[in-house]
Amino acid sequence: MSTTMSDKAVSVSRARRKAPAPLSRRRNRAALLFLLPGGLLFAIYVIYPVISSIVLSFYNWDGMTPRVFAGLDNYRELLHSDTFYTALKNNVIWLVLFLLAPPCGLALALYLNQSVRGIRLVKSLFFAPFVLPGVVVGLVFGWFYDPTFGLLKLIVGHGVPVLGDPRYVTYGIIFAALWPQIPFCMILYLTGLTGINSEVIEAARMEGAQGFKLLWHVILPQLRPATFMAVVLTVIGALRSFDLISVMSGGGPFDSSTVLAYFMYDQAIKYYREGYSAAIAVVLFMIMLIFIVWQLRRLVRSES
Amino acid sequence: MYPMPVARWRPGSRLLYKLSLPCALLLWLLPLLAVLVTSIRSSDELSAGNYWGWPEHFSLVENYGTALTQTPMLHYFWNSIFITVPSVAVSIFLASMAGHALANYRFRGNLLLLAIFVAGNFVPVQILMIPVRQLTLALGLYNTVLGLVLFHTAFQTGFCTLFLRNFIRALPYELIEAARVEGASEWAVYTRIVLPLVRPALAALGILVFTFVWNDYFWALCLTQGDDAAPITVGVAALKGQWTTSWNLVSAGSVLAALPSVAMFFAMQKHFVTGLTFGATKG
Repeated sequence: MSTTMSDKAVSVSRARRKAPAPLSRRRNRAALLFLLPGGLLFAIYVIYPVISSIVLSFYNWDGMTPRVFAGLDNYRELLHSDTFYTALKNNVIWLVLFLLAPPCGLALALYLNQSVRGIRLVKSLFFAPFVLPGVVVGLVFGWFYDPTFGLLKLIVGHGVPVLGDPRYVTYGIIFAALWPQIPFCMILYLTGLTGINSEVIEAARMEGAQGFKLLWHVILPQLRPATFMAVVLTVIGALRSFDLISVMSGGGPFDSSTVLAYFMYDQAIKYYREGYSAAIAVVLFMIMLIFIVWQLRRLVRSES
Repeated sequence: MYPMPVARWRPGSRLLYKLSLPCALLLWLLPLLAVLVTSIRSSDELSAGNYWGWPEHFSLVENYGTALTQTPMLHYFWNSIFITVPSVAVSIFLASMAGHALANYRFRGNLLLLAIFVAGNFVPVQILMIPVRQLTLALGLYNTVLGLVLFHTAFQTGFCTLFLRNFIRALPYELIEAARVEGASEWAVYTRIVLPLVRPALAALGILVFTFVWNDYFWALCLTQGDDAAPITVGVAALKGQWTTSWNLVSAGSVLAALPSVAMFFAMQKHFVTGLTFGATKG
């Protein structure tokens, strides 16, 4: 205690001696210094690349020789590429099926929102898949699906080459991706459920509300923040899906399981088509922009 | 409490509920259990076709020993540590300063800056890929641990700033005013008032970011080549390519890759969940 007092005394006297700059300017300078390191790094590694990618999408470039301006050629080519439409279609499938995660997570949360002995451990174990690296989830399920010895073969009775069949591959990967996503939504809902005022629930029960009606009219409205988070993060997760596709199918067979994120990576790394690849990234960015703007509007509204 | 607490159920249903829990759990974790069991199965059994039965011999030491000594798993593991730990520490430190600036100082462009950080968080990482790769090449950091650390630090700083700004914003501003009235410098306000108060948030964030960075695969693919700087996620995927038939080794590798994240989660569950669900209860 005494040291802090003397420290403060020292800083007071130092401030007096130096005849400090006006308070507001000194504070602005402090704010700037606090922001500078983080902001700079963020600008270099996030802001600048976004702009740079957008610019690059109007060029042809192989990563080595000088880039050549190509106008809208990359986008035009994209619109005539079958793979692009496959990727887009798969992105939509991902988005739709991935949105099963919030309701499944809610169901799981309702199932586990009890106070019996050991429930904490049970909840944690249900949650465990979320902390696994995507690569490991991919390996585990790739193995589960294996048509010669996989567990799926044991269950179905005969081998189904899920990852080798263009008809099933995307669904197989999404199924694997839901495994970590569902407990993530579950944990959001469990936190939401603990936050609900129990008096409201008891009051509703007194009024005769029960079961599904109670859930729909009383509980769900109270869980809106959790639902919002779950949906937003699931949508983003769906559009970002890369790891599982890369590990499980490599976009194949015949590009049938590719999505924009993987298609873009493939073009840049395997075919050195940096400009074309940037154009794909920009399309993905535009789709995501809807959610970014939505999120920003919420932010501005809550701050003003 | 919703649903109705089991204590108020009929005894029969209650018993049924309690019995259903371990069954559901077993089903849910089946893929994981399969990996764990396979990682201690001997190669002989695998080649004899015993993939799913209970292993007759346990070769835990043998399999993990082989994975650690015959393959570069240990090297990948250390790479992951050297990538993850500095990224977490630095991004949290930078973000706590930036978050403090955005939460406690009024200046023009404050909200705009925050909006940029928010937007940066939702950007699909693919749009960053080519420029970040070029930048890393230009800096001579391609295929180095430092190259990955710099990127992860920058990217996670955005996420952490957003998170910490909201957390710091919720602290009573009077504390800061009081410190200033007593003559504390701006730096002292940050180190003596703000930092101690956000410590729980820093812990939550630290664990969360640890798992994000540890589990990363995309950036490791983009910014490394070969074994030099590759983290364990890339290592496991490579192991699968090279040892296609040695499923027990691949399983052991997978377990090693997953272990730190899972251990971190179980050790600091409460913090982890706080971090993850921040914003799910309000706003």
